[in-house]
Amino acid sequence: MKVLVAVKRVVDYNVKVRVKADNSGVDLANVKMSMNPFCEIAVEEAVRLKEKGVATEVVVVSIGPSQAQEQLRTALALGADRGILVETAEEVSSLAVAKALKAVVDKEQPQLVILGKQAIDTDNNQTGQMLGALSGMPQGTFASRVEVEGDALKVTREIDGGLQTVALKLPAIVTTDLRLNEPRYASLPNIMKAKKKPLETLSPDALGISVASSVKTLKVEAPAARGAGIKVASVAELVEKLKNEAKVI
Amino acid sequence: MTVLVIAEHTNGALVPATLNTVAAAQQIGGDIHVLVVGEGVNAVAEEAAKIAGVSKVRMADDAAYAHQLPENIAPLVAGLGAEYSHILCAATTNGKNFMPRVAAQLDVDQISEIIGVDSADTFKRPIYAGNAIATVQSSAAIKVITVRTTGFDAVAAEGGSAAVETVSGAGDSGKSSFVGEELAKSDRPELAAAKVVVSGGRGMQNGENFKHLYSLADKLGAAVGASRAAVDAGFVPNDMQVGQTGKIVAPQLYIAVGISGAIQHLAGMKDSKVIVAINKDEEAPIFQVADYGLVADLFEAVPELEKSL
Repeated sequence: MKVLVAVKRVVDYNVKVRVKADNSGVDLANVKMSMNPFCEIAVEEAVRLKEKGVATEVVVVSIGPSQAQEQLRTALALGADRGILVETAEEVSSLAVAKALKAVVDKEQPQLVILGKQAIDTDNNQTGQMLGALSGMPQGTFASRVEVEGDALKVTREIDGGLQTVALKLPAIVTTDLRLNEPRYASLPNIMKAKKKPLETLSPDALGISVASSVKTLKVEAPAARGAGIKVASVAELVEKLKNEAKVI
Repeated sequence: MTVLVIAEHTNGALVPATLNTVAAAQQIGGDIHVLVVGEGVNAVAEEAAKIAGVSKVRMADDAAYAHQLPENIAPLVAGLGAEYSHILCAATTNGKNFMPRVAAQLDVDQISEIIGVDSADTFKRPIYAGNAIATVQSSAAIKVITVRTTGFDAVAAEGGSAAVETVSGAGDSGKSSFVGEELAKSDRPELAAAKVVVSGGRGMQNGENFKHLYSLADKLGAAVGASRAAVDAGFVPNDMQVGQTGKIVAPQLYIAVGISGAIQHLAGMKDSKVIVAINKDEEAPIFQVADYGLVADLFEAVPELEKSL
């Protein structure tokens, strides 16, 4: 079967972001960018399905600026077969991304679409579910285990109280949780080979979709800073402070 | 303007997160209706009718809604939702699962995990793992919103007397089915709602050592949490994880034991009222947010702390 994987270019997870002085957003100039960690897990899962002989082709797609080609090349180096970039200059909402992905799904007809459960920049946790509604496919969100059984998919999901297992009819959508797998590193020969793999660039217009959003960001502020705390010298002092100063025990 | 709040419930009882969501709805203003979807949810609907400030409860009772499968629930909610100005649900794993599907069916953007209401169309929400707070304005006809429950104080569970009305939807979509679940059992308070949380990290070294935290937690009436490192190392189950990708908590007292304090962990607990850190590495970033820090070996400090309570 064909597997479609969506990846996003985001600020590297180790970067401590700074809010711009004019409160218009987060300062991303000269900041290290990477593939969203949940998307890496999605790519890894697709590549593993290919290695098991379940998947025949892994297509990786990104919606974003032209620099997102770097993240697509990374996915190709990890084992994806070809890439598609839907190029947009401005930041697009989850709904617009889901609509772009729906257009790509219509074109490519994958049996399985794998996405990360959330992007670590916007923290929305929406795109996979929205694609589910738009395409009519069932969804297995926050997956920590995925098994293909004939024309069905068995997905174990991380829920608030523990784990839940659901069966989905293919074609279906999976969004990855952190514990689904441990992504591999790309080797140098594979990085070189990835440069030769096909990468197609499309525009939202060519897909017939609009990226307009009904949500406008008015301002972005730094969260309230916590006052500096103190170091206590002993457990006795800690208990005394918690009882008499903070009054929380 | 009428706001629809989708009730969160498990095992035939309302989950407290619903009360925080109603509080967010009150800040938006207008009438508040609560929708209870599930199988055998009469008792839940009656409970929801008693919530202060709720004017009507709508109940959809059908075997197809038993396990909250989003393929079955989203069409029902989207169908009813067209009558409302706002649709709200707590940002639990269940709410996060079906609400974006509702939004896409209604062809509107969703606003995830709001922590504040500025007006009926303007909301505050954290981005970049809580390192920035965005104020967003929505021009959508129907605002589909998930609510970070720690951002709103719960309304009273008693005092209301709303009427319960039965509604029905399309039922089973036939696209998905429930296979089974494995729930972690615990007598301790629920992590997301606990007044005191004791969390352990990689410094605990193994799962066996978490017993020190369990006995400290029992003395404090606390819930026990964990960092991603402790979960990934297999010390504790993943539903105990606190952080950007786990649960968000804001208790009165958060005690971080053997946790370095990575950005992703802080995202889940830095709104706690008082933070205590016990760590032997005095350079650990957790000390930058801790109100009280103790540089000590946790295997000596934790038992001593338990004894002195």
